[in-house]
Amino acid sequence: MSNLAVLPIIIPLLSGIIVAFFAKNVKVSRVLAALFTIINALVAVYLTSVVFTDGTVILETGDWVAPFGIVLVADPLAAVLVMTTNIIALASVFYAPFALTVKKEQHYFYAFYFFLISGVSGAFLTGDLFNLFVFFEVLLMASYALIVLGGEKVQLRESIKYVLINLFSSILFVTAIAFLYGVVGTVNMAQIAERVQEVEQTGILTTIGILLFFVFATKAALFPLFYWLPKSYIVPNPVVSALFGALLTKVGIYSILRVFSLIFVYKISLTHEIFIWIAALSMIFGVIGALSTNNVKLIIAYNIIPAIGFIMMGIGMFNEPALSGSIYYLIHDMLIKTALFFIVGAIVYVAGTSDLKKMGGLIHHYPVLGWLLFVSAFVLAGIPPFSGFIGKLLLLEGALENDKIIIVIIALLTSLLILYSIIKIFVNGFWGEQRHIEPTEKKPLAGFLVPVAFLLSFSILLGVGAEYIYPSIESISTYLLNPELYIDSVLKE
Amino acid sequence: MEIIISILAGILVATGVYNLLQKQLLRIVIGTVLLSHGAHLFILTMGKLKRGQPPILEEGIVQYTDPLPQALILTSIVISFGITSLLLVLAYRTANENETDNMEQLRGKTNE
Repeated sequence: MSNLAVLPIIIPLLSGIIVAFFAKNVKVSRVLAALFTIINALVAVYLTSVVFTDGTVILETGDWVAPFGIVLVADPLAAVLVMTTNIIALASVFYAPFALTVKKEQHYFYAFYFFLISGVSGAFLTGDLFNLFVFFEVLLMASYALIVLGGEKVQLRESIKYVLINLFSSILFVTAIAFLYGVVGTVNMAQIAERVQEVEQTGILTTIGILLFFVFATKAALFPLFYWLPKSYIVPNPVVSALFGALLTKVGIYSILRVFSLIFVYKISLTHEIFIWIAALSMIFGVIGALSTNNVKLIIAYNIIPAIGFIMMGIGMFNEPALSGSIYYLIHDMLIKTALFFIVGAIVYVAGTSDLKKMGGLIHHYPVLGWLLFVSAFVLAGIPPFSGFIGKLLLLEGALENDKIIIVIIALLTSLLILYSIIKIFVNGFWGEQRHIEPTEKKPLAGFLVPVAFLLSFSILLGVGAEYIYPSIESISTYLLNPELYIDSVLKE
Repeated sequence: MEIIISILAGILVATGVYNLLQKQLLRIVIGTVLLSHGAHLFILTMGKLKRGQPPILEEGIVQYTDPLPQALILTSIVISFGITSLLLVLAYRTANENETDNMEQLRGKTNE
C-alpha cells in the first residue's frame, strides 16, 4: 500500500486547476504547464522503477480493503503505459506553444490538456471496472473540449459526431457493467476475474465480455467501428490530434488487453479467434483508407487503424511472444503516432495546405523536417533496426506459433502499404519543384522539430536497445498470461 | 417488479435509439438523454429492487439492500448531466455556425 499509485492522476488534476487560474497570461501558463509536466514525468518514471523492482504497487483508497473500496493498481503494464503517456505529454507541452495560437492557449488549452493526461493515467491505473468508466469520462470530457477548441465551422460539425459516438458507447459501457454486476455481484476487476474463474465463464459471461469488447472496440476504432475516427481526428490542432491519436484509441485497446487477459480468458477458442479476424480487417481497411487520400493529416489519421489492428492481433494470438509484441507495438505506436502528427502539423504550417497535390519541393527549405519524416516512416513501417520491427517480429512469431499463416501475410502486406502511404508524403511533398503557395521565405521550425526529435530518439532507443528492454516486456506478458498474479496481488490471499 | 422496470428501461432505450437516428440535432440530444435514463434504470434493477431494508450488512441482519448500484447511478447521472449540457451548447453552436440543424447536410468534404 502506497500513495505513489495515485500521484500520476492527482498531479495533472491539480496542475490543470492551477493552470486554469493563469489561463489569460500565456507566458505564466506555459512555464507552469512545462514545470508540472516535468514533475509528473519524473514521478511516473520513479513509479515505474519501483514497480519493476518491488512488484505491483496497490493503493486501497480510504483504507477500504480491496473488494469493497476502490483500488488503484500500478502493475508493470499500467506503469509502463503511464510512463509512455508522460513522455508524450512532455513532448506535447513543448510543441503546443508553436502549434497553437495565443487565443487558443488562453482558452484553457493547458487545463484541458492536464485533465486529459489525468484521465488517461487514471484509466491505466484503476483496478475497478466502474472506475475505468469514470476515468474514460474524465478523458473524454477533456477531449470534447479540446476537439472543439477554436470553434471553427468544420470543427463543430465533426465534434458533434465525435461526442455522440463516444456518448453512445459510454452508455453501452455502463449497461455492460450493470449486466456484469448483476451476474457476478462486484465491480472490482480482480474479484470479477476470480468469480469468472470459479464458474469457468458460462455463456452469459462470454456474452457480457463481447458487449464490453464492442464498447472498447468503438473507443479503440477497430473494424467495423472506426468510421468516426479519421474525420474527427483531423479537424483539431495538430497537437490535439497527436494527443488523441497517441492516447485515446490506446486507452481503448489497453482496456481490451486488460479485460481479455484477466477476466474473460476461459473461452479463447471463441473470443480470441474473432479478435484475429477483426485485427486482419482493421489492418486492410485502415491501410486502404490511408492510400485513398491526398490529405496529409488524413493519411496519418487513417494509419492509426492498422496499428490498432496489429496490437489486436497479438491479443488474439494470446501466447507469450505475441503478447510481448502487442505491448512493444503499443508503446512504439504511442510514440511514433505523436511524432508523425507533429511532423504533419509542421508540414501544414510551412506549406499552408494539407493537400499533397498542392505542395512539393519542401526539402529545399526544410531538409531536417524531410529527413525526420523519412525516419518516422521507416520506424512506423518496421524497418530494422527501429522499434516497429521488434514489435512486428514478435507479433509474427506469435502468429506462426499458432499456425495462422494468412494473418502473417496480411500483416506483412499491410506494413509495406503503410510504408508506401507515408513515403507518398515524402515523395510528393518534399521532392520535385517547389510548388507551395506560401512566400518563399523560410519559416523558423526549430520549435516544431525538437519535440519530434525527442520522441524519435525514444523510438530508436526502443529498437536499438531492444536487448535491454525486451526482458521487461517479456516479464509483463508472462504476468498477463497468469491472471492469478494480478488477483493475488490485489486481493492478497 | 424487476421485470416491469426492465421492460421500462427497454422502452426508454428503444425510444432513445429511435431519436438518435433522427436528422434533427435537438432530437438526437433528447435521444441520448433517454438512452442514459434507460441505462440508469437498468443499473438500479440489477441491484435487486427492495424496500424497507437497511443498506448495510451487520450481524443479525439477513435481508439488506445493495447500496452499490445507487452509488454507481449517482456517478453516472452526474456524468450524463454534464455531457448533456455540453452537447446542448455544442449543438446550438453547430446549428448557428453551419446554418443548419440537419445531420444530412452536416457531411464533410475531404480537403478542408
